[in-house]
Amino acid sequence: MDFLSYLINGLGLGSVYAIIALGYTMVYGIAKMLNFAHGDVIMIGAYVAFFSISDLGLPLIPAVLLSVAVCTLLGVLIERLAYKPLRSASALSVLITAIGVSYFLQNAAQLLWSSSTKVFPGVIPSGGITWNGLTVSWVTMITISVCLVVMTVLILFINYTKTGRAMRACSEDKGAATLMGISVNRMISITFAIGSGLAAFASVLLCATYPSVNPTLGAMPGIKAFTAAVFGGIGSIPGAFLGGLLLGVIEILARAYISTQLSDAIVFAVLILILLIKPTGLLGKKLREKV
Amino acid sequence: MKKKIGLPAFLTDRKYRSRTTSFAFVIFGWVILEIMMNTGSLSSLFTSLLVPVCCYIVAAIGLNLNVGISGELNLGQACFMSVGAFTAVCLSGSLAQTIPSPVIRLILSLFAGAFVAAVFGALIGIPVLKLEGDYLAIVTLAFGQIVKSLITNTFFGIDDAGFHFSFVENKVELMPGGKMLLNGPMGATGTERISNFTTGIILILISLLVVFHLIYSRSGRAIMAARDNRIAAESVGIGIFRTKMLSFVISSCLAGAAGALYGLNYSTLVPAKFDFNTSILLLVYVVLGGLGNMTGTIIATVVLVLLPELLRSMQDYRMLIYAIVLILIMLLTNNETVRTALQRIRRKVRGKTNG
Repeated sequence: MDFLSYLINGLGLGSVYAIIALGYTMVYGIAKMLNFAHGDVIMIGAYVAFFSISDLGLPLIPAVLLSVAVCTLLGVLIERLAYKPLRSASALSVLITAIGVSYFLQNAAQLLWSSSTKVFPGVIPSGGITWNGLTVSWVTMITISVCLVVMTVLILFINYTKTGRAMRACSEDKGAATLMGISVNRMISITFAIGSGLAAFASVLLCATYPSVNPTLGAMPGIKAFTAAVFGGIGSIPGAFLGGLLLGVIEILARAYISTQLSDAIVFAVLILILLIKPTGLLGKKLREKV
Repeated sequence: MKKKIGLPAFLTDRKYRSRTTSFAFVIFGWVILEIMMNTGSLSSLFTSLLVPVCCYIVAAIGLNLNVGISGELNLGQACFMSVGAFTAVCLSGSLAQTIPSPVIRLILSLFAGAFVAAVFGALIGIPVLKLEGDYLAIVTLAFGQIVKSLITNTFFGIDDAGFHFSFVENKVELMPGGKMLLNGPMGATGTERISNFTTGIILILISLLVVFHLIYSRSGRAIMAARDNRIAAESVGIGIFRTKMLSFVISSCLAGAAGALYGLNYSTLVPAKFDFNTSILLLVYVVLGGLGNMTGTIIATVVLVLLPELLRSMQDYRMLIYAIVLILIMLLTNNETVRTALQRIRRKVRGKTNG
C-alpha cells in the first residue's frame, strides 16, 4: 500500500509539473525559445492568489480566476515588450533577455512584497478519501483532475479549433503560415497567454501542496518542469504531460526509497539516461539532418 | 594584404590583433589597479572584489570557448567551478601542515582543482557531446544540479589517522585536533585564505594564452568548422566528437582553476554558491561580451560584477536596475537602427586609422 500511495502522490506532484511544462513546451514549439521567466510567472500567480484570498477575502475560484487573468496579461506583456523585438535575433540573445525578465520579476516581487516567506492559506480541506487503508488527499485528487481537464481541453483546442490549427501551422513553418494569412505574431501572443494562464493554475496547485510563498518560489519547479518538457520531447504537448507525470513519480519514489537529499540528483540522472537512449525525448520528433 | 613597415607583426597583422588587445588590456588593468591599491585610493569593497572578478573572468573565458567557439550552450559551467573550488580547499587544508608555504600550496591547489575539473569535464562530456542544441543545454544543466547535489552531501575530514569520508549522512568522527574540510550543506569552513590578486591576473593571462593558442591552431579551426557546419566538417575528415571534447575539457579545466582560486579566497564557502544562477551569470557575461570575443568577455565580466556594487546607493533597487539594464542591452544591441548607427561609427573610426 505504501508504494501505491507514493505513486499517487507522485502523480499529484507530476500533474503540477505537467501543467508548468505545458507552458515551456508550447512556447518552445512556436517561438523556438526557452522561456526562463516562466517559473517567475508562476511565482507572481502565487502572490496574486495569496493576496486575493487572505487580503481581499475572495473565495478560491474567483481568486484563481483573478490569478489566471493577471498571469495571462503578464505573459502577453512580457512577450510584447521583451521578446517581440528580438524575433530575428539569435537564440542566445533571447535566452539572456528571458533571464533578465526572470531577474526583474524576482526582484520586483522582493521589493513589493519583501523576501520573507508567507504562508498560503489552506484553501483545500485537508484529509481525503480512505479506501482499503490507502488515503488519497483532496489536494492530490484535485491536482490530478485539474491536470487531466487542462490536458484534454488543450489537446482539443490545438487539434480542432481554427486558432489551434493556426498555432500548429506556425510551429511547423512560420513562412508558409504567413503566406496562408496567419498572423504569426498573434499566434505567439496567444501561446504566451495560454502558457502563462496555465502557470497561474499551477501556482495555486503548487501552493495547495507546499503552502509557502516567496520570491524564489518558481525557480526550482520551473527548472524541474523545464526538465519534464525535455523529458517528453520539447515542443510536444502529450510529451510535456507524460514527462511531467514521470518526473513527479520518479522524484517522490526516489525520495521515499533512496534518499531525500539525493532525490533531485536522481531525477536529473534519469533525465540524462533517457536523453542518451532517446536524444529528442520520449515523444519528440526525430530531426533528420539534410545536407 | 597591406603591410606597414616598422611595426611588429602582432600589432599590424589582423590575426594577432585580438590577442594583443586582450593581453594589453589585462596587463594595463593590472598595472592601474596595483598603483591604485598601493596609493590606497581603492576602497576596501573594491579590493575585496578583485579576486572574485578574476575568477569569474577565467571561468567566463572558458565558457566562451565552449559557447562562442565550439557553439555549445553550456548551462552548467558553475559545477566545474564547484569541483575545482572544493578540490582546492580540501587539498590546501590537508597539506596545511606538510607544506607551510602558502604560495606553493596555492599553486598545487590550483593545478589540482583544474585537473579534477578537467576529469569531470571529460566524464560529463561523453554523454553531453552526443546530444545537440537545446538537449545538450539541458543535460549540462542537469549535470550542474547533480554535481551540486553530490557536493552538498559529501562529508570529508582529516585527522592524525588520515582521511575520513562519508556520504549523505555525516558519519565522520574525528580525533581531537582533526579538521572537518567539507561539511555537507555547510560546505568548507575555516579555509586559510591564500588567494591573491596577482595569481588571479596570472591565471587570466594563462587562460588567454591557452584559449588563443587553441583558437588559432589546427584544432581550433577544426572546432570552428564543426560549429559552423557539422556535416561539411565531418566530410573533410574532422572528428566532431574529439574536437568538441577538446574544447569542453579545456573549458571545464579553466573553470576548475577559477573555482580553486575562488574557494581559497574565502574562509567559508557553501556548495549552493555554485548553482544554476552562477552558471547563468557566466553565460550572461559571455553573451554580453560577444561570442568568441575574449576581450569583450573580460570587459562584460568586470562591468557586470561591479554594476551591482556601483548601484549600491540605490539600495533595494539595484538588482531591479541590473535586470532592466540587462534587458535593455539585449534589446538595443539587436535593434536595427542602433546596429547601423554603431556600424557607421565603427567604419568612421576605422577609416581614420587607416587613412
